[in-house]
Amino acid sequence: MAALIEIRGLTRRFGSLTAVDDVSFNVERGEVLGFLGPNGAGKTTTMRMLAGFVTPTAGSAAVAGHDVTAEPVAARRALGFLPEGAPTYPEMTVAGFLRFTARIRGYGGSELASRVAAAIALTELQSVRLQPVETLSKGFKRRVGLAQALLHDPPVLVLDEPTDGLDPNQKHEVRTLIRRLAPEKAIVISTHILEEVEAVCTRAIIIAAGRIVADDTPAALAARDPSGRLEEVFRAITRPPVLAKAA
Amino acid sequence: MRNIFVIAGRELAGYFATPVAAVFIVIFLVLQGVLTFNAGGFFTRGQADLVPFFEFLPWVFLLLVPAISMRLWAEERRLGTIELLLTLPVTEAEAVIGKFLAAWVFCIIALALTFPFVITVNILGSPDNGVIAAGYLGGVLVSGAFLAVGSATSAMTKNQVIAFVLGVAISFVFAVSGYSVVTDFLDRNLPVLASIARGFSVIQRFRAISQGLLSLSDLVFFASFICFWLFLNVIVVDHRKAS
Repeated sequence: MAALIEIRGLTRRFGSLTAVDDVSFNVERGEVLGFLGPNGAGKTTTMRMLAGFVTPTAGSAAVAGHDVTAEPVAARRALGFLPEGAPTYPEMTVAGFLRFTARIRGYGGSELASRVAAAIALTELQSVRLQPVETLSKGFKRRVGLAQALLHDPPVLVLDEPTDGLDPNQKHEVRTLIRRLAPEKAIVISTHILEEVEAVCTRAIIIAAGRIVADDTPAALAARDPSGRLEEVFRAITRPPVLAKAA
Repeated sequence: MRNIFVIAGRELAGYFATPVAAVFIVIFLVLQGVLTFNAGGFFTRGQADLVPFFEFLPWVFLLLVPAISMRLWAEERRLGTIELLLTLPVTEAEAVIGKFLAAWVFCIIALALTFPFVITVNILGSPDNGVIAAGYLGGVLVSGAFLAVGSATSAMTKNQVIAFVLGVAISFVFAVSGYSVVTDFLDRNLPVLASIARGFSVIQRFRAISQGLLSLSDLVFFASFICFWLFLNVIVVDHRKAS
């Protein structure tokens, strides 16, 4: 069976800047891929191309066998996407917002109600379900975005910094959730928290200046440095050459 | 098709969830009332019709309709929700049409709330209600035309003020293009453009409709005008969504 996420030679240029440069990888069912890299390395742009929000300059990306540019709607149906910063409509209530995304995804009647209830339960939003999103804390907003991505139980999950802004307990809950979902799905998460990669990811890709510079299991990556710490490996690989020389 | 209505429903609810709806409707009704009764001499004319009402309607729309359309895309871009909306399984055309329809329905609600004018003239005399109905149809079409322009300008920026000013400016060009000041000038200098300018005059076409002269060409004009700007809107959204 083909991989749930297939990326081939994906490239995106903004003017003279190459944000993503010839990136290729597959993600199979059961894999949780941690997408790492310094700010501006191209993580978000790659994820946006996977979600069909940014059009690739060259190369291709497919979600569950559907090319994101040729069959964008079919690809997005198979995808749960948490955009960077988890944007939501501020004036809508949590339940109202989730009902909206459920309707867009084709649900109606009792199925819609049960999908929304399940997503709310999964992300523990019961206590705020009738509150407008704008009144919620950052952690709750992030979970509303997560609920929206999980609502239709998609085979592919792409989550841009899913635990950003959450407190340690909430981070733990989200990681547990990702681990629980992992066997049935292909999951890509981007993060700056390296311990998170070791906690939930089966594989890590490090990207710097738009190019993949490492692709391995977290344990194998960590073993590249004598200290055995992923952080040291990350720093060694992604520091700009000038700084690396000076150090 | 279903997605269009889901998006339109959310957008329309959005107007009523914020003070935008109340402010717009109150200002619209007060402006229309003051202009019709005072400036338009509704009572002193001694005629049972809504000519003064429809005389001012497109100008009030020119000012207020871009205020309705300015948030459609600029707000999505500012909040980042455009990334959410366009990564749901909807096409850009569905999103553009859904949002436009929501704004149009909102304008139609505001227009429908001017019904006391119709009741008033019917109590005071016996107006030609067919002509009045045509006037309302014309009002709906003009608001749709200005909304389509405003929606396209809203997609060009994340700043609602810029979207509003651009929307008013472009709509103004199409509003005055049939006026003699413009056409006489063009007749003298660029005669080719003069007839084009007359053809694109939203307000001259509205006048004809509001006098009860419903012609196919005017209806086709408004339909194509709206379609053109929505088409442009889709292109702008597609091109600039991530920038």
